[in-house]
Amino acid sequence: MLDLIEFGIFIVLLIVGFFAGTIVEKRHYASIRQRERQYADVLAFSVRFPPDRVTPQRAFLVHGTVVISSDYFKTFVAGLRNLFGGRVRTYETLMERARREALLRLKHDARRQGAKLVICVRFETTTISTGYAASIEVFAYGTALIPDRESAIAFGARSGVAA
Amino acid sequence: MLVSNLELVPGRRIVSHFGIVQGSTVRAKHVGKDIFAGLKNIVGGELKGYTELMQEARHEAVERMIAEAQSMGANAILNVRFATTSIAAGAAEILAYGSAVQLDGN
Repeated sequence: MLDLIEFGIFIVLLIVGFFAGTIVEKRHYASIRQRERQYADVLAFSVRFPPDRVTPQRAFLVHGTVVISSDYFKTFVAGLRNLFGGRVRTYETLMERARREALLRLKHDARRQGAKLVICVRFETTTISTGYAASIEVFAYGTALIPDRESAIAFGARSGVAA
Repeated sequence: MLVSNLELVPGRRIVSHFGIVQGSTVRAKHVGKDIFAGLKNIVGGELKGYTELMQEARHEAVERMIAEAQSMGANAILNVRFATTSIAAGAAEILAYGSAVQLDGN
């Protein structure tokens, strides 16, 4: 009898996880797509050096972070996958959502401070917890560059180039 | 204090190097937040409490790194990197490190 109740709870959690998880994921993807269009003017690159190394520019660190959790259904499916190997699609979408979200937050941070270019973008992923409470953190950081108007003009005058 | 993960700052010259500076903090999870996170693990989605926790921890690590650089008389930290290590279940160390330098100009 007790086993039956336990099995019942497991099935209910699985169903709740599946439906709620699907809704949460769909909403998140919709929000990500919408904000990606919104932040399309903020450019982010992973290159190590700025395109223009000579003209003075204001540089500062910007970052974005998100901790995201898997749902009960995803974790169960991933557990099954562990038996046979192969692609774990349910976790692939989880990681993708986290990366895109972290990058969006980095872009938000950059725009908030008036920058439209971020270079040297790096990602860092941390496992917060495993097992049936699987959650991961993605942290994106980079350097935002803002052309420094005053020093650019001064530099132009110094080197004889029209600013 | 200029903090950047670039190796150079456009238009600025590095006058002197002070060596590596670092800042770190060890954080543990909050029981209340953990219960909420446990519920969230059924339906999935962002764990906002943990996002804030990590943000605060990184901010503190960076502040400590800046304090060390200031005590050396540096005006910039370049090539900044971050690292996270879980020490035990529920506790993590967040480390920020970089090179303290003196840049010309202001």
